Amino acid sequence: MKVLQIIDSAYRCTIEEQDDPAVWITHAMKGAGADLDVLLCGNAVNYAVKGQDASGLRFGEIVQKNPPKLDNDIARLIGKNINVMVYTEDTAARGITEAQTLPGVRRVSRAEAPTIFSRYDQVWHW
Amino acid sequence: MEKYLLIESRDPYETREVENNYALASSLATAGNDVTLFLVQNGVLPARKGAKLNGLQEVINSGVHVLGDEFSLRERGIAMDTLPKGIRAAPIDVVVDQLAEGRKAIWL
Amino acid sequence: MKDKKTLTFSIMDGPYEQARTVTVFRLLDNAARRGYNLNVFAYEGAVNLPFSKQSKHPNAVHGHDAAEEDHPLPKDWVASLIQTAKKHGGALDWINCGLCVDERGAHEAIDGCRRGTPGDLWNWAQQSDNTLIVGTR
Repeated sequence: MKVLQIIDSAYRCTIEEQDDPAVWITHAMKGAGADLDVLLCGNAVNYAVKGQDASGLRFGEIVQKNPPKLDNDIARLIGKNINVMVYTEDTAARGITEAQTLPGVRRVSRAEAPTIFSRYDQVWHW
Repeated sequence: MEKYLLIESRDPYETREVENNYALASSLATAGNDVTLFLVQNGVLPARKGAKLNGLQEVINSGVHVLGDEFSLRERGIAMDTLPKGIRAAPIDVVVDQLAEGRKAIWL
Repeated sequence: MKDKKTLTFSIMDGPYEQARTVTVFRLLDNAARRGYNLNVFAYEGAVNLPFSKQSKHPNAVHGHDAAEEDHPLPKDWVASLIQTAKKHGGALDWINCGLCVDERGAHEAIDGCRRGTPGDLWNWAQQSDNTLIVGTR
């Protein structure tokens, strides 16, 4: 079974979790043998932007260590041979250029969705 | 041709993302797929007579089967006999039927 | 049962904050009454749905004492759905994401709910007639 993971909710609880839960569960299921690809849309296209830095937070005397590194987490998905796509309409609307996007991320149009979806047994929207 | 069940629980007045979801439903249908769009929770708000459809008319025109959850309609005081042409009230049984049928199911 | 189906659901939302829980529980109720086998993977805040320490309260605004108010408790809904599935010849298996439980201190779940991992979700999905992921928004 091959599943397309659509991720659009972004930066929702990433500081507390030190990652994005939808990206994390993709890694975890891949580790359990799952056959998955990822389509980033909406605000989650920003996860594919290079150079993110969520360091430096402190709450009282607690310094927040190990901040989330969403770009690194996406790059690691690609390193696991997971096909990561972004909608170009959503990157363009947010001013994200191809040069700012991680290498290996495939840029696709929303018009391609029916064709893309047809390649998967199931489509899971997180 | 594939069969899709899309579940929309949000309305287009709250977030623009819903209009993108409507467009996805239309594009899947236009590509020749059998598509059901099940509106539930605040997703039924555009089904009130006189409400701005914000793209939902294009979904209807594209051949998508647009259904409004009976409970959600009743919960919001939307009379089922006044729904716009192309939107039909349906029990939640339909969702379970289509899940059991094995449709590609996406909670939008 | 010839038409016995297996459906898997993944839910992410905690109780009392949104409407998705009720919709998913309506789907579970409908499927349970058909005798289907049901799997629920509770991820993130959803691990609090079967938290056993939930308790009913009075509501002065409604003019009700605790008994009159009969406040809904998701843990009771979960327990009832498990029983309903069983009564109709099916089963409802509930797994809480273990790490999500740990970070929330939600270890005390009602009977019938157990701890697991995302690997369980993937295994369930492979064995099911269909899977519905209900993300948070």
